[in-house]
This record gives sequence, C-alpha cells and structure tokens, in this order.
Amino acid sequence: MNLGRLRAIVWKEFIQMRRDRATLGMMLGVPVMQLLLFGYAIRQEVRNLPTIVYDASRSQQSRALVQRFEATGNFRMRGQAFSYADAIEAIDAGRARAAIVVPEDFARRVKRGRPAQVQVLVDATDPTASQAAIGAAQMVGQAENVEHMLSRIGAPRGAGLPMDVRVRPLYNPALKSALFIVPGIIGMILSNILILVTAMSIVREREHGTLEQLIVTPLSPSEIMLGKIAPYVVVGLVQITAVLIVGHLLFGVPVRGNLLLVYGVSLLFIVANLGLGLFISTLAKAQAPAMQASFFFLLPNVLLSGFMFPREAMPPLARDIGYALPLTHYLQVIRGIVLKGVGLQELWPQCLALVGFAILYFTFSALRFHKQLE
Amino acid sequence: MPDAGLVAAIHTPADADRERVVRLAGLTKRFGKVVAVSEVSFDILAGEIFGILGPNGSGKTTTIRMLCGLLIPSAGSASVAGHDVATEPDRVKTCIGYMSQAFGLYRDLTVEENMRFYGGLYGLERELEARIAWALSRMELQEIAERLAAPLSGGQKQRLALACAMLHRPSVLFLDEPTAGVDPGARRLFWHIIRGLAAEGTTIIVTTHYMDEAERFDRVAFMFRGKLIGLGTPAEVRASFGADLTLEDIFVNLQGQGA
Repeated sequence: MNLGRLRAIVWKEFIQMRRDRATLGMMLGVPVMQLLLFGYAIRQEVRNLPTIVYDASRSQQSRALVQRFEATGNFRMRGQAFSYADAIEAIDAGRARAAIVVPEDFARRVKRGRPAQVQVLVDATDPTASQAAIGAAQMVGQAENVEHMLSRIGAPRGAGLPMDVRVRPLYNPALKSALFIVPGIIGMILSNILILVTAMSIVREREHGTLEQLIVTPLSPSEIMLGKIAPYVVVGLVQITAVLIVGHLLFGVPVRGNLLLVYGVSLLFIVANLGLGLFISTLAKAQAPAMQASFFFLLPNVLLSGFMFPREAMPPLARDIGYALPLTHYLQVIRGIVLKGVGLQELWPQCLALVGFAILYFTFSALRFHKQLE
Repeated sequence: MPDAGLVAAIHTPADADRERVVRLAGLTKRFGKVVAVSEVSFDILAGEIFGILGPNGSGKTTTIRMLCGLLIPSAGSASVAGHDVATEPDRVKTCIGYMSQAFGLYRDLTVEENMRFYGGLYGLERELEARIAWALSRMELQEIAERLAAPLSGGQKQRLALACAMLHRPSVLFLDEPTAGVDPGARRLFWHIIRGLAAEGTTIIVTTHYMDEAERFDRVAFMFRGKLIGLGTPAEVRASFGADLTLEDIFVNLQGQGA
C-alpha cells in the first residue's frame, strides 16, 4: 500500500465527482428530497379523515356526540348528508372516507336510558388509513358509555374509575412518524445511493478503458479499490450529517445517544454497502446492468428492513430475508441511538451483525475484484 | 513458411554491444488446454522501434500482457529492463509505459490533471512539475493544457496518452494499436515524436494491424497461432515469405489460413 498513489487516486476521484454535476446533485439532493417527502408528505398515522354526518336526530345530544368524534382529531366534518343513502353515496364517490349516522330516535332513547345506536361507516379499502378512525370511533363509544353508566349509578362527575389503565408512549410520546422515519432515511440513503454510485464509478472505468490503463501502472488492485471507495465514505458521512441536521431543524428529531457512536456504526454500514457496490461492479460489464443490479437491492431494502413496514407483522420467511439485509440491523441501531438514547450495551448484537456484514461483503467483493483484474 | 535460419539470425554484428532491454526465452502461455503463446524467443535492443505483428488471435496481445507483468507465463521466461516478469511484476510496471488502443485516460479531467494523476501513480514528486512541462512541450500540448480531455481530437488524445505513459521516464514503451482513428497529419507527428524518443534511448514496442505502418519499424516479430514465424527487419521478413510479397499480402494470406 503506497500512500502517494492512494492520494493520487483519491484526488482524481474528487475532481471527477465535482465535475459530474448530475451525480453530485443526486448524492446531495436525494437525501434532502427524501427527507422532505417522507417527513412532510408521508404520514402513517391517518388523521382528519374527511367525514360526512347524517344526523337524523338533530338534537343537542347528537350534536355533542359528533363534536366528540371531531375532538379525537381523526374525523374532520365535511358536511351533512340528508339521508342514509346520501351518506353511502358520499363514501362511494370518495367525497368522504367516513360517515357518522345518528338515527332519529337517538336523543329520545338516550334520555330514557335505553340503548341508542350510532353507526360509523369507514371506508376500509386502505386498512392502515382506516384503522386509526375505527379505533377512535370505538373509543368515543366506550367513553360515552362509561359516562352514562356513572351518571346512572349516581356517581359524581369526575369520580374515579375502578381501574385506571394508562398508556405512556416512550421515546416518541407524540407518536410523530417523522421521528421514526428520519433515522430510517439515513439508512435507506446510505445503502441505496452508495451501492449505486460505487458500482457505477468502477464499471465506468471499465467501460471507458481507464481501468486497463490503471492496471499497467504500479497501482495494486487494493489501492485501486481503496482509492475509489474512500471518497464515497466521505460522501456517506456528509449525507448522514445533512439528514441529521435537516431532520433536527425541520422535524425536531433529537440525537439522544452518543453522536460519535452514530458515526462509528454508520461507518461500518457504509463499508458494508460499498462492498456490495464493489461486488455489483464485478458482475456488471456496463453501467446500465450495474444500475439494474443496484435496484435489485432497493425493493427488499424498502419493504423488508423495517424501514416503513413493521417486521413483527411479516411472515417468518420475509423476516428471515430481512435479517440478511444490513439495513435491517442498521435501522435498529440508528433508531436505538437517535431515539432511545441507548448505546453499545444494548445494541451490540446488531453492531456485531454489521461488523460481520462489512467483513463478509468487503472481503468477498475484494477477492472477486482482484481476480477480475488479473 | 519462412526459412528457419532467419529466426536465428536476430542481430547484425553492429548490434552486439547494444543492451538487450527485453528478452523472451521460450515464453509460453496456456489458458487451460489452449496454447495462446508457444515457446517464443527473441530479444529487443535498447532504442529499437520493434513491431509485433499478426492477425487477431495470433498471441501478440497475450505476449504484450506477459511483458507488462499482467499475466504470469506458463513456461519459459521474459525479462524487461532487467526484471523478470514472473517474479518481479511490480518492478517491471515501474519501468514501462503503456498506451492502450482505446483512449484510456479520463475524459472529465483536463490534460494537465490527467498528467498530474499519472505522475502521482508513478511516484513523481518534486520532479512532477518539470516532467509535466517537458511532456506538454514535447507532445505539443501546451495550448490545451487546461482543456478537458473529452473534446480533444484523436491526435491530441493520442499525444496526451503518450505524455502520461512517458512521464516517469520508462525505458520501455508499449504502444497497442496506437494509430487507430487518427488522421494522417497527426499520425505523422506522432511517429516523429516516437522516433525522437527512440533516438534518446527509449525502447518502443508496437502492436499493429496496419501493415503500411510496419515499414516504419526497425525490426518486427511476426506471430501466427501463438508461434513466432518471422523475425527481422521488415525487408528481411518480407523476403523470407517470398520476394514480391508486401507485409500486407503476407498478413492477408495468414488471415485466410486462420479462418
């Protein structure tokens, strides 16, 4: 390993990086764009479901009930329907995603202490979107019932209930999805962009015949590999920093744990991904197949790593495939450090997995790379 | 087929005191069962412009790759500038320059940046600026030093590649199909520079398909199906195949046999 030669190749890589405006823009723009998209546009908790009300009772009681629904934040009243059919039609046409139907005898039955029926219709074509509304509707019903029962047995208002179950959401008490998503984006970006860019950069040398010119110089295969990869390690670290800063400023994502640990673990993850990019570069002869091969890793990364969809809900096979992705382990580590503020003591198994991946991918790819150059 | 005696008649007496910079002795390369190069022996003298000719698949590229330290010989030996290609490929690489047939430099770097990069790879440090200045003037590239390599003409690209290959003062320079896609004027300038380098003692080894070009070489080795079938000055080689044949005729005949 000769430092002068390594310096020459790293210097050259940086000049090329600077001149390739499209790739440079992708490397720096995509992280920020993804952050804004996922942070602002994509929300997993569905709030403000457009709701239509068919209130046949038109009473003080029915209006109070509708207000309670609205107060949960899950329903936003979009207007009145004038018949049951009208309400159904509004959902069919997509003008509303939910309808609250209060029958004519609602107030009368409530006053007499008889069971009064209320119907909440929810468009459940998207199960995730409807789930929160369904839950909220059930809560409203239960709360109403408890209040009526209490007043019927003559308990004073505000009297204690026999059992008090309190849920305290830890680490993300406001249940903001940005907090969950932002650290995940770091992992997504590092794996997807870095795999693609390294693979492309090496394949390009082969395609342009510059690799052939390099191997007749005293440069060794290890020096070529390290020299080409080192600049992307820097790129990866810049990307992490950008996402952490923008995530903090726009979405209030804290870094509760050790920042140094964030970078340390990310470095491992970066090396594993660069190894994968190197591997792809040994498989693909031209830039187009290299790009396709990189995209091959994109979908499992999004779907199976736990980036968006909870791994707990996956069938065993899908979960096992997820274990084979470095991103799965990295996400647990980065979320652990950033959101929970925990450290190596808790996260060592995942960190160990990352070390394993880094060594495995890198050694394997390096061997293939060496062999191919000879 | 050529007269066997010719292969032995390598040098005229006047060459006896010239240094043999490249020596091949029974050099052989097998890929599995295929014999790509079979027991090839010849020497190349310092300052010679030496051509390795032959149709595709004749083994000339494999021979060059072994001489550059990129392939390990299966049998026999070769040395370049006193270093054995099998045991000291790293030493060999530091004393050769190589210019590939496709323009193998970085199109998104300027002329000077390309030189700086290759100078760095060959470990030129304090010397670097002086060598870049030498290469720019010698290769007639001063006026385009700051330009990106991509839009340069074929001849300019060729001279840039030559500049990068010569920065570290190699004693042996390999040119692989050097004049493909270059216009006649630029070609003439290129050979003028090459002859100058040879006169200063650089040994030049060229592979080419262009038989008219082969007449420019001091000596040529003619390869066919992995074997050396002719060696000597272009005139000697021509003569060995029959007096009224040009090198191009010989080449075409061989290609017909190869098909």
